[in-house]
Amino acid sequence: MKIFKLLTLFLFLFSFCSSYAEQEKLEQKITKNLRCLVCQGQSVHDSDTEFANSVKLLVKKKLNEGLTEKKIYDYLKDKYGEWILFDPKFNKKTYFLWLLPILLFVIGGLLIFKLFIIRKN
Amino acid sequence: MASLIGFYSLVFGICSSVAIIIFSIQNFRNPKKLNEKILILTFLQFFLVTISFLGLIISFVNSDFSNETVFNHSHTTKPLFYKISGSWGNHEGSLLLWLLVLTLFIFLFILKSGKQPTQYRILTLLFQEIIIIGFFIFLLKTSSPFNYIYPIPEEGLGLNPILQDPSLAIHPPILYFGYVGTSIIFSSSLSAMVVNYISKEWAKHIKVWVLISWIFLTLGILLGSIWAYYELGWGGFWFWDPVENVSLMPWFALTTLIHCILVLEKRLELTSWVIILSITTFTLSMSGTFLVRSGILNSVHTFANDPERGLFILIFLFTLIFLSLFVFFFFHKKETNNKSSFFLVSKETSIILNNWFMMYFLSVVLVGTTYPIFLDVISSDKISIGPPFYHKLIIPFLIPFLLAMTIGPRLKWIKSDLSDKFILIIFFIISLLLSLYIVKTLKIDFLINSILISFVFYLFFITLRDFFNKKYNNLSQNIAHFGFSLFLLSIIFNNILSSEVITNLKVGDTFKSEKLKIYFENITQKNEKNFESFVGEFVVENSQGDVFIMKPELRIYNQPNIATSEAYIRTSLFSDKFMTMNLVQNQEYFNVRYQIKPLMIWIWISVLMITLGGLMSIIKKNEN
Amino acid sequence: MKIRVIPIITTIFFIIIFILFYRGLENSNIYVPKTNINKQIPTFNAKLYNSSEEVSSSKIFKDNQFYLMNIWSSWCVPCRDEHGFLKELSDEKNLKLIGLNYKDNKESANKFLNELGNPYDIIFSDPKGIIAIDWGAYGVPETYLIKNKMIIKKTIGPLDKNSIMEIKEIIK
Repeated sequence: MKIFKLLTLFLFLFSFCSSYAEQEKLEQKITKNLRCLVCQGQSVHDSDTEFANSVKLLVKKKLNEGLTEKKIYDYLKDKYGEWILFDPKFNKKTYFLWLLPILLFVIGGLLIFKLFIIRKN
Repeated sequence: MASLIGFYSLVFGICSSVAIIIFSIQNFRNPKKLNEKILILTFLQFFLVTISFLGLIISFVNSDFSNETVFNHSHTTKPLFYKISGSWGNHEGSLLLWLLVLTLFIFLFILKSGKQPTQYRILTLLFQEIIIIGFFIFLLKTSSPFNYIYPIPEEGLGLNPILQDPSLAIHPPILYFGYVGTSIIFSSSLSAMVVNYISKEWAKHIKVWVLISWIFLTLGILLGSIWAYYELGWGGFWFWDPVENVSLMPWFALTTLIHCILVLEKRLELTSWVIILSITTFTLSMSGTFLVRSGILNSVHTFANDPERGLFILIFLFTLIFLSLFVFFFFHKKETNNKSSFFLVSKETSIILNNWFMMYFLSVVLVGTTYPIFLDVISSDKISIGPPFYHKLIIPFLIPFLLAMTIGPRLKWIKSDLSDKFILIIFFIISLLLSLYIVKTLKIDFLINSILISFVFYLFFITLRDFFNKKYNNLSQNIAHFGFSLFLLSIIFNNILSSEVITNLKVGDTFKSEKLKIYFENITQKNEKNFESFVGEFVVENSQGDVFIMKPELRIYNQPNIATSEAYIRTSLFSDKFMTMNLVQNQEYFNVRYQIKPLMIWIWISVLMITLGGLMSIIKKNEN
Repeated sequence: MKIRVIPIITTIFFIIIFILFYRGLENSNIYVPKTNINKQIPTFNAKLYNSSEEVSSSKIFKDNQFYLMNIWSSWCVPCRDEHGFLKELSDEKNLKLIGLNYKDNKESANKFLNELGNPYDIIFSDPKGIIAIDWGAYGVPETYLIKNKMIIKKTIGPLDKNSIMEIKEIIK
C-alpha cells in the first residue's frame, strides 16, 4: 500500500516539474556559484542586495552575448578576485583542499585493512 | 540589583568549583566512597550559576540598562518573550548558558553514576571542573554579562530582528545541550583511561550520554535549518556556511561514536578508536565555539568580534587538546585481546565501514571550513569554499555508504552469512528500475545522481520492509536508518524539482508565464509594538488552475532600525510554496521571489524520525 | 622507539594548527577586493545623464589627464557625506570628475544635485548597475583615480579627508 502511495506522490511531483529553459537553468547555476560581496555569506542567487541583482542581470546579459560559463567566471574573477567563486578551481593553491580529504580516506582505508584484515591471518 | 546578584553568584560559583577540586583530590586518594560534600558542592555550583543566569534574565525582563549586555541587546518595546530569549541571544549571555548547562550536566552525571567506580567518577568530575573553571574565567575576564555602565542609558540598542524569532530563541539552548553533553563524554573517556576502566560496562554507561548529546545536537541543527529556511528569505535550509559546518562536524563525530561504541559494548574491540572519537567530538564542539566566537570565519552569522576572546578560547581549546593527548599517550593501554577477530562479513565490518565513511565526510567538512583560514595565513590568498565543493566530494561517497547502511544491520556479530539474499536482490532491482524511470522522466543527465537515487531507494525499501519483519527487532535503529533514507530522498527530490520565479512587481502588476500567474493585489500597512509591517497580497494561479493567496511581509524594526523580509509559506504534504518580497532602492516596485519547494516538510519529519530512533534507543536501554 | 614517533608527530601537528589559528585571528574576516590595483579601465557604452545620447567611454578618457570616476546615487547615505569632498576636488584644474549615477531615478538624482551642487564634469547613468560591475564595484560610493586609461587608486566607501589628500598628492 505504502509503495502505491509513494508512486502517486511521485507522479504528482512530476506534474510540478517545470521544464526550465536551458539558459535559465544555466543562469541559476552560475549565480549560485557566485558569492555576494555585500552580505558575504550568501550566494548572488540567494541575495537580494542591489549588487546581487545587478550581477544577476549581468550574467543574463553575458549569456545572451554568447559567453560561456567559464568566461563569465573569469570575467568576474578578474573584477573581484577568486573569492567571488564558491567552487574553487583545482590549482596549486587548492591541491590540498581537494586532495586532503581523499588522502585521509585512503589512509583510513589502509589503516583499517592493516588492523583488521591482516590481523586475522 | 539582579545584575549584582548575578555577578556575585558567578564569583561564588568559581569558589565552589575550586572547593570541588580540592575535595575531589582528597577523595581520589582515599576512594572508598564518594564524599557526600562533593555531590552537595556540585549542586551548589549548579545552583549558583542558575542564580546568576536568572539574574541576567531578570535584568533583561526589567530592561535594566545599567547592565551593559542588556543595553546592547534589548529595548523596552520588545515583547517579553524576546526580552527573555535576548538574554542568551548574545555572546555574554550565551556563554553563561554554556556554563549553566555544563554545571547541570556534571551534577546529573555525579547523581546518576552511582554504580560506577568511585575513582572514575571523581576523576571525570575533575576533568569536567577544568572545563568549567575555564569557562568561569572566560566569562569573568573577557565577557562578563554583568558589566555596569554609568551614566545609565535611557533606552537599549535593541535585539537584531532576525533573532526575534521563536525557533531561534530555543535553538541555542538545545544546541548547547548537545555541545556540552560531548564534554561529559570527553571527561569520562579521559578518566576511564587513567583509572583503566575502559570496559563493556563503561561503554554501556557512557552510551546514554552519547545518545543524549546526539539527540540535542540533531534537534539543534534542525531548528537552525528551519529558522534559516523561513527567516533568511531565500528558501534554502543548508548552505554549507562555516557556522553551520561547525555544528555539523561534532554531529558526524557523535554519530560515528554511537555506532562504534556498540562494538565496544558487545565485543570490547576498538577501544582506542572510541577514545579518540570521544576526544575528537568535544574538541570539535569547542573548535566550533572558537571559530564562531572569535570572528575568524566569514559567515552570515556574525557575532561580536573581539580578538582577546578569540585568543582566550584558542589557548583554552589547545590546553584541552594537549591535556587529552598527554592522557592518551601516557595512560592508554592498547587492547590486549588480539585473539578475537572479525570476519569479513559481519556487523563489525559494516560498522567499521560506517566509521570510515563518516570520518571521510567529517574531514571534507573540516578541510572545507578551515582551509580558507589557513590559506589566508600562509599565502594571503582569499578563496571561498561553497556548496559545489562539498557536493562534489560527498555525493559520490554516499553511494557505498548507503549500501553498507542497507546491508550492515542485517548482519550478525563476529561472523555472518547474508540471509534472504533473494529479497535483497529483488528490492535492489526494484530500486534500480524506479530510479531509472525517474531519471528518464526528469531528464537528469548526471550519472552519479541516478546511481545515488537507486541506492537511496534501496535503503528506503529495505528499512521500510524491516518494519514488518519481526526478525529484525532493532526498531530504534531501523527508524533512524529509515529516517535517513527518507531524508536523502526528500533532499534529492527537493533539489531536482524546486522551481523559482524572481520578478519585479508593483501593486496591480501581473507576472505571467506558461506555468504561473502572479497578481500583486495590494499592500497593507500595520504598526506593531516593535516593528512596522507591510503585507503584500498576491494572487497566484498555477497551471492546474489552483488559485491561492500569498502574503509575504516586509518589516521595518524600530530598534535597531533594520528591514527584514518575512517569507510567506504555504506548506502541504507534497510541497511548500514560498514567497518573499524585498524593497528595491528608489523604485516603486518590489522584488518578488516565488518558489515551489517539494517535500520540504519531509526533510524536517525525517530528521525528527532520526532523532526518534536515538530517543527509543535510550528508552530501551532504561528498560533493560 | 616506534611508540614515541606518533605522539611527537601529533603534538607537532597540533602546534602547527595552533600557530595557524593564532595568525588567522589577526586577519579580518570580511573580504574586500584588493585596492592597490593597476588595471586597465573597462570600455563601456553608456547613456549620458543629461541627454539620452549614448557615448563610448573610449571617447571620454584621454591620455595624460587625471580622471576621478565616482559611483554615486541619491539613495546612498554615505554619498551625501562625501559630496563636499568631491566639490573640493572639482576645483582642481588637472582633474576631471566623472560621475556614474548608480541605479537611481532621475527625479531624486536631480534633487540631490540641486541641493548639494554638481561637482561632475560628465555624468553617466547606470540604471542596471552593470557598468559598476565592469569597474569592479560592489557598492556605492566607490571612487577610482585614472590616468592613461589605468586605475591608479581605488577607494571603496566614502572619500574622507585622508583619501582626498592622497588624491591631491598624486595629481600634483
